[in-house]
Amino acid sequence: MSRSRVLPLAVFAALIVLVQLATGAAGKGQYLTQLTMAGYYSLPILGLTLLMGYAGQISIGHAGFFAIGGYVSGFLTTYNLTELSGRWWVRAAGRLHLLSSGQDAFGSPSLVMRAWPACIAALLITVVVAYLIGKPVLRLKGHFLAMATLGFGTIVYRLVLGTSALGAADGISDIPAFHLLPGLDVSGKSVLRISNYYVAWGLVLVTVILLGNLIHSRIGRAMRAIHGAEEAATASGIDTQDTKLKMFVLSAVLAALGGVFLTHYNGGIGPSEASIMKSVRMVSIVAIGGMANLWGALIMGVLLNFLSMRGSFGSYDDAVFGGILLLIMLFSPQGLLRADLARRLLRLIPRGPKEPAT
Amino acid sequence: MNLLALNGLSKSFGGLRAVDDVGFDVAEGAIKAVIGPNGAGKTTLFNLVFGSIVPDEGSVDFKGARLVSGHPHRQVAAGMARTFQHIQLFPQMTALENVMVGRHTRSRSGFLSSLVPLPWTRREERDICVEALAAMHFLGIEALADSDATHLAYGEQRSVELARALASKPKLLLLDEPAAGLNMRETVDLGKLIRRIRDSGVTVLLVEHDMGLVMGISDEIVVLCQGQKIAEDTPLAIQKNPEVVRAYLGDDDA
Amino acid sequence: MTLVFLLQYLVAGVTYGAIYAIVAIGFGIVYNATGIINFAQGEFVMLGGMLAVSLQAFLPLPVAILLAVLVTMGVGALIEILFIRWLDRPTVLRMIVITIGLSIGMRELALLVWGEGVRSLPYFTGDAVSALSVGDVHVSPQVLWVLGTVGVIVAFLGLFFGRTRLGRQMRACAANRDAARLCGIDAKGMVTLSFVLAAGIGALAGCVVSPITYVQYDSGTNLAIKGFTVAVLGGLGNSAAALGGGIILGVLESLSILVLPAAYKDVVAIAILLAILVFRPAGVFGNAATARLQEHT
Repeated sequence: MSRSRVLPLAVFAALIVLVQLATGAAGKGQYLTQLTMAGYYSLPILGLTLLMGYAGQISIGHAGFFAIGGYVSGFLTTYNLTELSGRWWVRAAGRLHLLSSGQDAFGSPSLVMRAWPACIAALLITVVVAYLIGKPVLRLKGHFLAMATLGFGTIVYRLVLGTSALGAADGISDIPAFHLLPGLDVSGKSVLRISNYYVAWGLVLVTVILLGNLIHSRIGRAMRAIHGAEEAATASGIDTQDTKLKMFVLSAVLAALGGVFLTHYNGGIGPSEASIMKSVRMVSIVAIGGMANLWGALIMGVLLNFLSMRGSFGSYDDAVFGGILLLIMLFSPQGLLRADLARRLLRLIPRGPKEPAT
Repeated sequence: MNLLALNGLSKSFGGLRAVDDVGFDVAEGAIKAVIGPNGAGKTTLFNLVFGSIVPDEGSVDFKGARLVSGHPHRQVAAGMARTFQHIQLFPQMTALENVMVGRHTRSRSGFLSSLVPLPWTRREERDICVEALAAMHFLGIEALADSDATHLAYGEQRSVELARALASKPKLLLLDEPAAGLNMRETVDLGKLIRRIRDSGVTVLLVEHDMGLVMGISDEIVVLCQGQKIAEDTPLAIQKNPEVVRAYLGDDDA
Repeated sequence: MTLVFLLQYLVAGVTYGAIYAIVAIGFGIVYNATGIINFAQGEFVMLGGMLAVSLQAFLPLPVAILLAVLVTMGVGALIEILFIRWLDRPTVLRMIVITIGLSIGMRELALLVWGEGVRSLPYFTGDAVSALSVGDVHVSPQVLWVLGTVGVIVAFLGLFFGRTRLGRQMRACAANRDAARLCGIDAKGMVTLSFVLAAGIGALAGCVVSPITYVQYDSGTNLAIKGFTVAVLGGLGNSAAALGGGIILGVLESLSILVLPAAYKDVVAIAILLAILVFRPAGVFGNAATARLQEHT
């Protein structure tokens, strides 16, 4: 990895640790909770940055994937299979160590899926859904694609809102902790606050590293080529539909991953996580962060989500995000933190006399 | 052996017959030009050859195999490359990165191995870079490697696009009006370059308006007029062909 | 499922469908003039209804409606002038996001002004329980008002675009902007006019349907999606096809509760939209305009 990539990553890692120590020292440990949540919300945002900024495909329905991740995992880890314990597939799942038995809140026996297999299942389902939706829809352009993704997000919202098995308007609650590793749980217990903070931000760090690898690779170049000049990309031998689809699925999986982890962290999930406004929020953050700028989207995402969660925007939450989106698109469509901003600023620094041409 | 064979290609758009029963061959190692007045169907023909559009009738054979239209990206892997009339470089990428995209079909690292690079991926990436630089060196533009591709001068951009096409080591190179926007001296250089490309083992098919260039470097010329082939011959014979003259200058009306 | 029930559902479907058609036509007018899909089109319907409700508290109903429509038209013009006019060849993505932002903005503003409650105008004739009976089928007179209004709007637009000078100028602009400008047509004005028209018919539809469906600050989004579905079904810019498509969608949606739980009713429209986009983007009635949308990058 080149030095220009390692440095920001090192700074980022250091910052993560510093923030945690600082909040501890200042006695504001509870900030960590919101920072952890902001971290998990960053995952779909990073995925969307890849999709919209680098691959150039719009999606106004990505909260749908976030919700699919959270709801599938939440459902599987809370749905009591005790009644069905005689069925062959339940017994098979038990033998494969996919289930965990215990007691529910009322003391009666409960048999639910463990968090790890539930998480894997959620991600696999997301891959399938993203592939099925993406394959036909990514052929479309512009308004059609936007509307189709908007439609997809709305369908997910309506489905989770209207299905009683998924808790309808109340969503799913009492979702158990995610036993990541022996001794490492993803849950909202305040005693685990610090370790959970590191889990979340560790995940974000790994994601940034992987996405960075992708962007600078052969596939990443292909993706950027498609965005820049699709006809020329095809003429260079790139299978544009295949590449777009892969980017779409990857961004969906990232969103779902965020959904899974956040759901276990919060112990619950509700239909609002699938709402169009959440999707619009993600698009706003990607736009203001500079479209094709992973760091920009990350910084803006954390900032805005953190403030939003602390209630700084009051009941005007949606208005703030919508307003930001509007202003950015009107006046600075390439975002505030443009990728080439640094380069442009550096050009303003007066240089010495040019070397004479030989 | 004929590298490329066009068999009775026809394509209509709405009521307009853009290409009407056009057929000819391109021998390996040849430089063949397609000329004709504006609206003669040259670009459509190019797109048919490259597989970007599907013909209504007829077919194209490349390296003896029938071409399946509609999947142009497959043609590149098979050994075709093309440039565009209006330069299409990738913005926000350096010239080198642009040319490296040309190596796409000659490399393999896929999605997962791009996320988590393994040693072989790194090696392949280095190879891509080396080959891309070699293509740029062939055109004498390796000094432009780190420049933002879309900020280069027009002639330099043309060279980058050409390097990108050559980077895939094609057997057949399709050039769409490569002399467009070039001055006389640049056009002469282009002629020499095209000969060098042919000498390095690449067959060239070009569409061009600049008669000096065409007459100077082509082995054979095909003349299209209103979608139909009206002549196919050596440059000298074409110049003397009365039908060709009439197509360009029009009939002498009273 | 008796025939009577079926017919009742049919009537409901046709009523809603007519409104979806108006939204679709509104999309079409703006699209033909500008190449933009105005995501805020649904909000025009909402705005018309909400304004009329507030105004009729102290104005007679017809005046309130008229005023609501005029104000909404003004809002449409304002939006065009403030947000659209000065953009220099914006990309499709930028336009989509801007109109989405506008849609959200109008929605939040409505929330601020009118709160979360549902509103409706009083029934134009009769009241909530009055009904015209055809055999056992009971139809609220408001339904006739809706269908009548929609019919008048479609007829008016047909005459406007077909016979009047202004309408023909708008069509010229839509077909070829530069050529139209060379003929001395004020292209910029035509764009503003398109927004004004779309806003006006939307507002009128919102007023006439509010006794049946109620309006709320967020009624707009749903309408936009369904209106877009109809636009894709029937073709942008083809009023008759939009009407047909709207009725088809409305009826399908209405009858869907025979097979799906009611909570999934809204999913029907979207599922249809996705199906069309995937299988037949040129629309069921086929239209070059929608097919062209595919080529826009």
